[in-house]
Amino acid sequence: MTQTTYLGAITSTLAAAMRADERVLVLGEDVAEGGPWGATAGLVGEFGAGRVRNTPISEAAICGVAIGAAQSGLRPVVEIMFIDFLTLALDQLVNQAAKAHAMSGGQLTVPLVVRTQGGAGQRGGAQHSQSLEAWLVHVPGLKVVMPSTAADAGALLAASLADPGPVVYVENKSLYFRREDVDDAAPPVPLGRARTVRRGRDVTVVALSRLVEESLAAAEALAADGIDVEVIDPRTLVPLDLETIVESVRRTHRLVVAHEAVTQGGFGAEVAAQVQAAAFDELDAPVVRVGAPFAPVPFSPPLEDAYLPNRDDVAAAVRSLAGART
Amino acid sequence: MPDRVGELAAGDGLALLRMMWQIRVFEERVGELTRADEVHGLVHLSIGQEAVAAGVCGLLLDDDVAYSGHRAHGHAIAKGAPPGRVMAELMGREDGLCRGLGGSMHLVDVAHGFYGATGVVGGNVPLALGSALAGRLRGGVQVAVVFFGDGAVQGGIFVESVNLAALWGVPLILVCENNGFAEFTPRSAHTNVERVSDVVAPYGVERDTVDGNDAAAVREAFAAFLAAARAGGGPMLLECLTHRLRGHYEGDPDHYRALVAADEWQELDPIRRLERRGGADGWLDDAARAEIEEDARTAIDEAVAFARASPFPPAALVTGLVYAA
Repeated sequence: MTQTTYLGAITSTLAAAMRADERVLVLGEDVAEGGPWGATAGLVGEFGAGRVRNTPISEAAICGVAIGAAQSGLRPVVEIMFIDFLTLALDQLVNQAAKAHAMSGGQLTVPLVVRTQGGAGQRGGAQHSQSLEAWLVHVPGLKVVMPSTAADAGALLAASLADPGPVVYVENKSLYFRREDVDDAAPPVPLGRARTVRRGRDVTVVALSRLVEESLAAAEALAADGIDVEVIDPRTLVPLDLETIVESVRRTHRLVVAHEAVTQGGFGAEVAAQVQAAAFDELDAPVVRVGAPFAPVPFSPPLEDAYLPNRDDVAAAVRSLAGART
Repeated sequence: MPDRVGELAAGDGLALLRMMWQIRVFEERVGELTRADEVHGLVHLSIGQEAVAAGVCGLLLDDDVAYSGHRAHGHAIAKGAPPGRVMAELMGREDGLCRGLGGSMHLVDVAHGFYGATGVVGGNVPLALGSALAGRLRGGVQVAVVFFGDGAVQGGIFVESVNLAALWGVPLILVCENNGFAEFTPRSAHTNVERVSDVVAPYGVERDTVDGNDAAAVREAFAAFLAAARAGGGPMLLECLTHRLRGHYEGDPDHYRALVAADEWQELDPIRRLERRGGADGWLDDAARAEIEEDARTAIDEAVAFARASPFPPAALVTGLVYAA
């Protein structure tokens, strides 16, 4: 066991990948200085400025350069400092990276990892706090990863780096500095395998990123009232491990999907649709979604605190289902 | 634009002429087949601009990477893509370059270093920069070339890419086909900057503007940039002033171009010009000229036959290549 942070796991995984494969390089704003949170701290010292490349504030060009470099045999890791700025690079990501393999009849491959981070709670206001992962899930050709723990942050980044296609790896800024014990001997985690974080009999909660911990806290509180909650972290949104979720629903017959993004058009809608299509007869009640209100993230601290989905929202959703019977 | 009367060896002149004829006949057939509904979708022809594709790609090796925009048939063929496979792609057939998943605006032929066209104007400029960076980091002599029209220059991605390419000094050669029209409107309606080469001047990008309908001039100017890029230089921009003889896309009513004197441009047709030069320089007579045209017609007939014989791809292909294995 080693104690590390979510951020530390990212840094050490990047360093290990760069040591193992000289095709791996890191590009982004201030990455040679470590970036605003230190995710790339120290890399330039070991690998040099040729492989840890500072860029201007040009998100579209950074992504485009990385796509071209990937098509030409390198394995770039791009850092987009806030997911809010991914909007500037979406043409490159959606029209070029995601489609290159299919559109070329399989000739081109784009082994690219785009690291970015989302999430609110830091008084960043509406342009530095969003959760935009659902947009990416809508694009064939992209894989979308959202780790919720330090162990998964490292393991899923390693899996993303090994993937032959473009992967968007979405961190959550509020998770960066929590310390965790990580099993150094843990087996690798493939993309597309969910983790059952807590076993339970009564209600299944599928939670993303920061909401995994919130859901666990809700589960502990509900346990005192005799409600036994199962918590599943899909870890990757594309590809989605629907099987693990459906298997759980076959036992609990009730499903809550919880994420920090606004509920409308969010990933929860996709999970709900896929589960009901696969196991409608197993559901004793409609799927309940937990997410943010359909509004930009507010700045004022009490408003932002109220806006953010948390353990109480998950607990309320579970309680609304716990009594449901066919 | 004064004529540049650079050196042009007979062999090079004949090679340029053969390639230009091949592209010209190919695209004339594409126009016919579009109207016959055998070639599908949005088709953009480069008739009248062949000198740029031939002049540039004739100097590149398969290891060099070329990118293009939505008007890319000529670039793909000049870079080495077999015309039959290009035609099959335009017809949506299994033996197309991209197995029928790409189409006219998304031609790719990795085996010949054609990393692709894009339907997003300017979208491939940073990708070419990335390929140039990869070449430089690997320590080889590969260069990357990207073709784009003057319409791409007003987009933000162009300036972002030029800034970064200049900052990093990568072996990227930007080749602008300035045909004076961004889709349906003249350049003067989009920008106050007449010359694309002036746009990159503040970044310290080496640049040149040539008569893009003079294949020998394009070739000579590009050769100088290519040698410099192979020797560690870059980026550079070659602006080729040219003119497309067809509308923005096939079926374009083309009213907006009544302003242009068609007779004058026919006179400047790059193929006719190179043929006149060949005659004057003594490396082309009427018989040789006719043979080159006939060879091109035969080759494109064969390309069309190849494409027609190819089946449409199986339905399973739709989802079969979304993710690389």
